[in-house]
Formats: sequence, structure tokens, C-alpha cells
Amino acid sequence: MRIGVVTFPGSLDDVDAQRAAMLAGAEAVALWHGDGDLRAVDAVVLPGGFSYGDYLRCGAIARFAPVMESIIAAAQGGLPVLGICNGFQVLCESHLLPGALVRNDHQKFVCCDQLLRVENTSTLWTSGYSPAEVVTLVIKNGEGGYVADEPTLERLEGEGRVVVRYVDGNPNGSLHDIAGICNERGNVVGLMPHPEHAVDPLTGPTADGLGFFTSVLKAVAA
Amino acid sequence: MTAVPTDRPTIDTVERAADSPDITQPWQELGLRPDEYGQLREILGRRPTSAELAMYSVMWSEHCSYKSSKVHLRQFGEQTDEMREHLLVGIGENAGVVDVGDGYAVTFKIESHNHPSYVEPYQGAATGVGGIVRDILAMGARPVAVLDSIRFGPLHAEDTHRVLPGVVAGIGGYGNCLGLPTIGGETVFDESYAGNPLVNALCVGVMRHEQIHLAKASGEGNLVVLYGARTGGDGIGGVSVLASETFSDSGPTKRPSVQVGDPFMEKLLIECTLELFAEGLVTGIQDLGGAGLSCATSELASAGDGGMRVDLDKVPLRDVSLAPEEILMSESQERMMAVVEPADIERFLEVCAKWEVEATVIGEVTAVSDEERARGGRLVIEWRGERIVDVPPRTVAHEGPVYQRPFARPEWQDDLQADSAARLPRPTTGDELAETLLRLAGSANLGDKSWVTDQYDRYVRGNTVLAQPEDAGLLRIDERTGRGVAVATDGNSRFTKLDPFTGAQLALAEACRNVAATGARPLAVTDCLNFGSPEDPDVMWQFAEATRGLAVGCRELGLPITGGNVSFYNQTGDDPILPTPVIGVLGVIDDVRRRVGIGFDRPALTLFLLGETRDELDGSEWAHVVHGHLGGRPPLVDLAAERRLADVLATAAESGLLAAAHDLSEGGVAQALVESCLRHGFGARIELGEDVDPFVALFSESAARAIVAVADEHLADFQDRCTATGVVHQRIGTTTEAGPDATFELVDQFTIPLADLHTAWRSVIPQTLTD
Repeated sequence: MRIGVVTFPGSLDDVDAQRAAMLAGAEAVALWHGDGDLRAVDAVVLPGGFSYGDYLRCGAIARFAPVMESIIAAAQGGLPVLGICNGFQVLCESHLLPGALVRNDHQKFVCCDQLLRVENTSTLWTSGYSPAEVVTLVIKNGEGGYVADEPTLERLEGEGRVVVRYVDGNPNGSLHDIAGICNERGNVVGLMPHPEHAVDPLTGPTADGLGFFTSVLKAVAA
Repeated sequence: MTAVPTDRPTIDTVERAADSPDITQPWQELGLRPDEYGQLREILGRRPTSAELAMYSVMWSEHCSYKSSKVHLRQFGEQTDEMREHLLVGIGENAGVVDVGDGYAVTFKIESHNHPSYVEPYQGAATGVGGIVRDILAMGARPVAVLDSIRFGPLHAEDTHRVLPGVVAGIGGYGNCLGLPTIGGETVFDESYAGNPLVNALCVGVMRHEQIHLAKASGEGNLVVLYGARTGGDGIGGVSVLASETFSDSGPTKRPSVQVGDPFMEKLLIECTLELFAEGLVTGIQDLGGAGLSCATSELASAGDGGMRVDLDKVPLRDVSLAPEEILMSESQERMMAVVEPADIERFLEVCAKWEVEATVIGEVTAVSDEERARGGRLVIEWRGERIVDVPPRTVAHEGPVYQRPFARPEWQDDLQADSAARLPRPTTGDELAETLLRLAGSANLGDKSWVTDQYDRYVRGNTVLAQPEDAGLLRIDERTGRGVAVATDGNSRFTKLDPFTGAQLALAEACRNVAATGARPLAVTDCLNFGSPEDPDVMWQFAEATRGLAVGCRELGLPITGGNVSFYNQTGDDPILPTPVIGVLGVIDDVRRRVGIGFDRPALTLFLLGETRDELDGSEWAHVVHGHLGGRPPLVDLAAERRLADVLATAAESGLLAAAHDLSEGGVAQALVESCLRHGFGARIELGEDVDPFVALFSESAARAIVAVADEHLADFQDRCTATGVVHQRIGTTTEAGPDATFELVDQFTIPLADLHTAWRSVIPQTLTD
């Protein structure tokens, strides 16, 4: 099982995502933004960071990277793709996921441990969690407010595509307390919190995030 | 001189300078003194060209030359064998390097960016982080963490509401975007910083021993490469004087004096540089910070065995109208200079291209004759085919003026020391004690700082084991063995005002204690010395005393000072800031899984107070918050006791005896207990004993103390170790249940619901800043 982790110029949590993949039992494969070759990986993680400095709009330039052309095509064909933080923003900019991430309502960057409820355990990335399981992951972002128009929100809610939701306080003004969503097929998941920072209680708040990586491992093996 | 009626002004060449000795030059406007200008003419045997004048004036500034502090800093070089034991690279390079075991080397350094942060808080603080990160990178290390020690005027002051949010957002904006965890630091408020905030940033880097790189130009024919961002007109405020006087009035205009940072570029520069190191493509390297190309070329050329010739026309510019003097002095960020062998240059440029980092060969290393070497080497810079600089670089970089500034113990010092806090009314009843404790916990300096620190990414790279509000930041550097390093920064400027010698030692002792409380062993020191004007004999006395105290203290603790920074002229009008030496201490821990946090994590732990408590409340947080008083003498320093305490903390942690440990400093036992309780929400029941004055026990700030929490099964072992090491240890209570009914109880005096403490502690900063 090979999990590819993309490095864009300005990616920061790529080493963390690779470590998480390895801790889950997968082989971590580095993918370079300028190379469209996905190196026969079984799943892809778009990690956190500030791709291309996020100067235009978060994720807006990354979506045009050669590696993204391959990923968009493969995702449409069912490849499991997880976008974390900046990776979530890239997925939205790529239209693999609906909606957008805007500046936090309090206008500040925030890094803290955050309670979340796993709302959908049928995606390739969350099948290992129990329904409505409450987990603690790290959030750290300046532009994590999830927004979408009303029909989109209705559809996401109606189809059970809200994957994780903030509980015990909304840290950034996300509509419907949405922390992460998936596509219709459930192979593409994007979320603002960082499961890769919660894989070992020594260096993170919990090991609650490991489930994202073990879930996809199991799904691909099945 | 007269204006030249073309868009291409006359070039002030070396030949022209030799032929026109009597031209009036704006040395005074550039900050040089008459004797300094004279010294400069003597070195060159002619008047300097305008480009040379630019270089010397900036390199001989206080900021770059340490001309007022040098004679005092020399003490830091007097080292014992114990201090040298782990030292790989000492003071003088971009940053010091110490051996932390298993073939790992760690480099770390703290630096100030005070004045820019007042003028433009966001960019000033951001570029402060960027600058220190490049210093660490230039040693060959991967930067792995940042700590920020920041000081502002009173929390409620209007200008603090302008400066603080900008500084914090700037530090976060830059550090977060670089992918460096911020793992510690301080946030302090005091009236004296109202017009002069302090922004001190510390960066830590890790490498293997064999990866250490030095700033030197060696090997005739090797190429000098400038890479990173283009050179623009930022950070050259001063030199516009020269440009506008030397050139036509229609020439370069006034430029902004604060640099603008691009953390994305710096992230690319880091990854690109580490790849260049890994492939062995770099023979010498220097970052471009203060004084830009003037500093990098002269420092590189004065170290190593070669001279340097640079073609300034090759420097990629953001603004083509820049004059050569401005190019030499520009402090544009995110630039590095490397010395590369000709055989490696193709590959060097390929690596840079991969990271989309612009790289340009701008010169070469030249041979230096014995005669030239004796004069200080040779640096030649050309512009439009003409020689505009031809100097011995050592005289630029290292042989600037050195001053023995007059200093004298201030006339007011005796009165200040005589005005002890002993005369102030103290709380006596249980209710008064409880009220005092709540008031202190909810004061600006002791209150929760997460409004600040939650704006910093502390998790990135996945090696942060401890971060704020813990006593020190603790990082894993080897995932296989668990080897790690701890870093803390501390300063107590009120103590330093009362007695600068003692105050500096107290800051050193506190930083050591903070490192030891996590379970790490202190190894090395970096210092950021923030003071007022060195031309004020009172200030200079504070500086002389503080450096002496630090040098003596480091010798007694066996810790080398590996580098640091002096920041003078921190004052508003004639009023200097409180003397503020900020001390960073680096420690090593063999296995980060043995780390100890400050928080009580279960009930029924036995609490011990380690060390001796005296009636020491002069300069304390209590005197400051309750009485607005500063006078008397700071707490006693006992470095032998500090060593014993650090030893007990580290060995007890190694053996897994400690459930929690917290250093005692501002606010004393009371504040330490409050913080340890609130960390995980567990209560405490404290019994001080019959003949103890509860006020002194709670609020004294005696040094060489800590509180530890020990589980029953380790009680005997722990007490034996304290006895064997000679550390005074006293049982002061136990931890109690968490939950909504958790309390902080001082037996026979008061019981405070933890929820009330939490509210007071938690709300002070956010409430004040959002009002």
C-alpha cells in the first residue's frame, strides 16, 4: 500500500503526513508538484502549508500544478484523496469538492486542539471511526471558515457528506460548523483539522488522527 | 557637489577618490564621528569613495560593530574546560554550535528586532524571525523551532493595542508560513516599553557534526553566488542621505527603512539551501541580514584564505534605479551568498532552479598577497566597469572603532535599593490572601498568554513534545532514539534594574531552571541584551554589570555563551527601558519520552517545594501589581543551589519519578500552583506548616526553587535523591480531584474554586485586547 504525499512549493506538513502514513503501516511516497507522475500510489494526501505562498488565494495556484492534473483525473476515477487544511483549499479550488474556505471570522490565525464529531464513517478515509465518535485533532489556519451557498449546504447535509463537524465551539465561523466534507463517491475528503498532527500522544494532543490513515489502508486492501 | 545633467551620474571611483581628497562627504549624516571618518581615511590612505563610505558607515554602526559593547562582551570568551566540553563553534560565527550527542549538533541564537517592530509591528517582527532563521540556516543546519520573547507597554495602553497584535501576527505570519513550530518565549508588559517594544526571536537548528558550514571565502577562482530574493530598496533609510547628496536631486528618493518579508521565499530558500548542503555544493556561506551585501561580502572576504572581487552590476534588482551605494546597503530579505567551486556551479544553479530560486554568480574569490593579508585582505567591488570599492575587508567587518564608554553607578541606585518592598502593607487574612492570589493570576504578566501563542503553529514537523505554556519548549531531534533538546528564554528587567549584576544572573538561572524542569540538562547559553543608550553612563553601568554578572554566572554553571545580540538605544526620549537581558538556554535530553510537564494530571500526587524560600518580595510581581512599587534588592542568587536543583530535576525525570515539575519565578509558589492546576484542571490542597508566614510562602520570588508532583510509589526514591544531592525539599500538599468542583485550597486560610481562578487567569488578555 503506497500513500503519495504531494509537496508543493510552500507545503509544510508533508513530512508529518508521510510519518502518519508510515505509522499506519503504509509506504509513504513523495510526489513533486511539477511532476504529473503519480508513481503508482494507491492514495494521495494533499498536505497543509501555504502552497505558492497562498498569495493569490489559498490553493488557487496549486490547483494548476502538473501533479494536480493527474490527481484530479485519478480522483474522478475513484483514487482516494485526502486534502488537509491547505490541501482542502486546493480540493475546493480544483472543484473536486464544493464550497470554499475564507478568512476566519475572528481575523486571526488560530492553532489549538479542537473537538470534532465524525459524522460520516462510510468514506474511504473515515471508515475506521465509530458513528458520531468524538475526536480531538489540531486545527491551525488563518482561512478555515467553510462557506457554500444554501443549496450546496442542503445537499451536503442531505447526502451525509459532512464528514467532520466542530463540537464545543466553532473556531473559525464555518457554516453549519463544518470541518470537513467529501465528494459524492466518498473517495475524496477535505478537512481543515490536521489528523497527521494527532498520530502520537507524545507529539500531538491524541492519536485520534491515525484513523484517517488506517481507514484508507483497509479500504484499499479490501 | 554639483548635479550631473544626465541620468547616469558620475561614478565615484577609487581613482577619483584618490584624485579628489578634499571633497566634502556626508559622513556625519551617515552616523560616523569625526574621528571615525579620520580612522577610515587613514586605513585607506585616501578619502573613501561614496560606496566605501556607505559600507563602512553601516558596518561601523553600533548595530553591526558592537563598538560600545565589545570590551564587555570579551568576558564571554573566557571559558573553562567545562564550558568548552560541548562547544563546536563559538561566538563570532553566524551562530554558535554545540554537540548534543549521537553525532548531532545544535545551533541556536537569539536576536532583537526592536526598533523596526515599533515603526511597523507586523513587518518588523516578521523580518526579525526571518533574519534569525537565516543565521541558523547559514551554519548548515535545518531550522527546527522558534521562540519569541516580546515586551510591550502596559496591556491597557492604547499603543499596545496597535503594536502587540501586529507583532504577534507578524511573528505568526512569518513563522507559520515557514513551517517552523513556535515552542516558547515570553510576553511581558511594563510601562518602560511603551514607546520601545522588545521583539527578540530565537531560532534552533539541527545538523550532523560534519554538516557545519562557516562563513568564509576560500579557494582562488571559486565563485561568489548571490541567491534568493532580488535586491530592492527596502531597509536603506540611512543611505538615502548619501545617495541624495552625492548624486543629482532627481536620483534615488527616500526609501522605507523597515524591510518587507516574504516567508514563502524564505521557505524555498531553506529547502534549496539544505539540498545544496546535502549535495556538498557549498564551500562557504553567509546570510544577508543587517547591512546586506556590505556585511556579507566583507565578512566572507575577511574570513577564509581569499579575497573577493564582486561585479555589482550582476546583482539582480527589483528596482533598476538603485544606486550602487543602495545596492550595497539594501536589507532586502530572503537572500544568501555562497562560495562555490567552479566545477559545482552548474549543479548549484540546477538545484536553485528546481526550487525556483534565482541564483546569480556575482564575483569570485581572488588571491591575496601576504602584504594585502597583513592589511586585512582585499575586497574589490566594480560597477559599470569601474572600481568603486577597494578595501581590506577585515577593517570593514572586524576592525571598526571600539569604545570604552564611560560608565558609573547611577546616583539614584542607592536610593532605589534602600526603598524596599518590606514597608508595603501585606495581606494577612485568608480572604486577603485569596484576593491577592486571584488578582495576581489575573494580571497582565501572569495571566494566560494563549491569545498570543494560539496564533503560532506549534505542531508543524511533528517533533514538538512540549511548547508554551510549559516551562521550556522541548523538541525531538531523533525519532529512533528519542534524543531531544529543550530551550527556554527568560528575563526579569525589574530585578535587573534593582541590581543589574544579580538580575542578569537571575535570568540565566531561571532559564536553566526552566530547561531542567522538563528533564533536560542545560548545555549552552545565548543572550539578547536590550538596553538604553550606551552614551548614558547610567545605562552603560547597567550593561557592564549585567554582562559581568552573566559571564561570572555562566562560568559557575559551566555553560558557554555561544552567541547573541546587543540592542542599544532602547529608550523614549531620555528615558531608557528597564535593562533587559533576555537569556536563552539550550538543554539536551536523552529521551523525550521522559519529559516532564508543568501540569498536575491526576489527584493524590504529593507536592514538594524544592529549594529555600526567603522573605524576598522586592521587585516581585506582587509589589508591581498590587503596589506599583519597584525598589529594594532582588532575590539572592545561589548558582551552586541552582546546579543541585537542576541535577535533581534531570535525574528524577530520567528515572521517571516526576509526574509534574514547574519552575518558580514571577508570582512565586502561588502562581506556579495556579498554572499547574489549570493546565489539566486538577485541584490542590496545600498545607504550609505551623510557623510559616503564608504570604511569604505564597508570593516570595526566591530563586533556585521548583515545585514537583510525585506519585506514591516514587516518594521514597525521590526524597532520597533530594537528600543525597543536598536539595531542600518540603512536602506542601497534594493534588485533588478535577471537575466542576475542583478547588485550590490553602488549609486554614482559603479555598478558591478552580473555575474562578481559571476565569481570572484566562480572560485578562483577550478581554483587554478586544475592548
